[in-house]
Amino acid sequence: MNDKFSRKVFCDGMRDGFPIALGYFAVSFSLGIAARHAGFTPMQGFLASLLNNASAGEYAAFTLVAAQASYLEVAIITLIANARYLLMSCALAQKFSPNTPFFHRLLIAYDVTDELFGITIARPGILNPYYTYGAILLAAPAWAGGTACGIIAGNALPLRAVSALSVALYGMFLAIIIPPARKSKIVAALVAISFALSFACNYLPGISSLSEGTRTILLTVIISGTAAILFPVKQDVSENAVEKADASVQKGDNINE
Amino acid sequence: MNNYLYIAVMAAVSYTIRVLPLTLIRKPIKNQFIQSFLYYVPYVTLAVMTFPAIIHATQTPISGLVALIAGIAAAWLGAGLFPVSVICCVLVFLIELFV
Repeated sequence: MNDKFSRKVFCDGMRDGFPIALGYFAVSFSLGIAARHAGFTPMQGFLASLLNNASAGEYAAFTLVAAQASYLEVAIITLIANARYLLMSCALAQKFSPNTPFFHRLLIAYDVTDELFGITIARPGILNPYYTYGAILLAAPAWAGGTACGIIAGNALPLRAVSALSVALYGMFLAIIIPPARKSKIVAALVAISFALSFACNYLPGISSLSEGTRTILLTVIISGTAAILFPVKQDVSENAVEKADASVQKGDNINE
Repeated sequence: MNNYLYIAVMAAVSYTIRVLPLTLIRKPIKNQFIQSFLYYVPYVTLAVMTFPAIIHATQTPISGLVALIAGIAAAWLGAGLFPVSVICCVLVFLIELFV
């Protein structure tokens, strides 16, 4: 039985979750600055991060909230920005033994992120959920606490420091999109096209009057949809996912160094 | 508009996205369009959200632009999540000391 609690497996999870937690704290600190712009209190930021565990998704939602968007708009942007977790959850679903109790699927679903998915999928054999729980135990509070600290310190820090920290999240986004762009000309072209169209839509009359979130949704659907028609991905999705997982684990190691 | 309602909406959507495949789908997605669409979505969303927002996030556009270029270069050369973020922050801080 590979899915039972064992102290060793749980501690393995905590060991691998530690560098992830450190990185999460730093990045969610800058997320807290975005949450502060949206008018979130430290408690609300803590809750939002504790319940969402999604950098891009939360950031996109906070920007929309700052612009006083509707609940529907916030729901759609959260759906779009987090769509990749759908893919990861599909891959994780394959890791479960049919004999593992159902409630573990409900618990693991709580914190499917790039990094936690990465270390979980990289474990050989059937998933022992307690490994992932060990990592979540450190990563989730760090993520939520970082956001709350960002909101608190964002109020106290000098403007220059806030300005510098506010690009941390964009740096993280770049670290996610650039390595695959180096490997694939299609992804590289998509990133360039996304930059260009996003820039253009920011200034074009008419389109620029749409909210930032709506523009993000439209551009994402149009560009990704066109790319999916013109350049269908031939590899098996789960292979991509595993490849992505390896990359994430390496990123985790970098954080550790 | 209530922040707690926003949080509830975000949390409900985030959890649903993650829990549905884990509980319902036991086989890999076969549809090639959906597969490809889901594969491209993260890169496109993140790219759209990064630029030009990064040059508006800083006090002067030039520091944001330098952070963008340096971040791309560092990530291209293989730096991970955390180092790239730090490089971007430090550059913005240094440039804004002098500009």
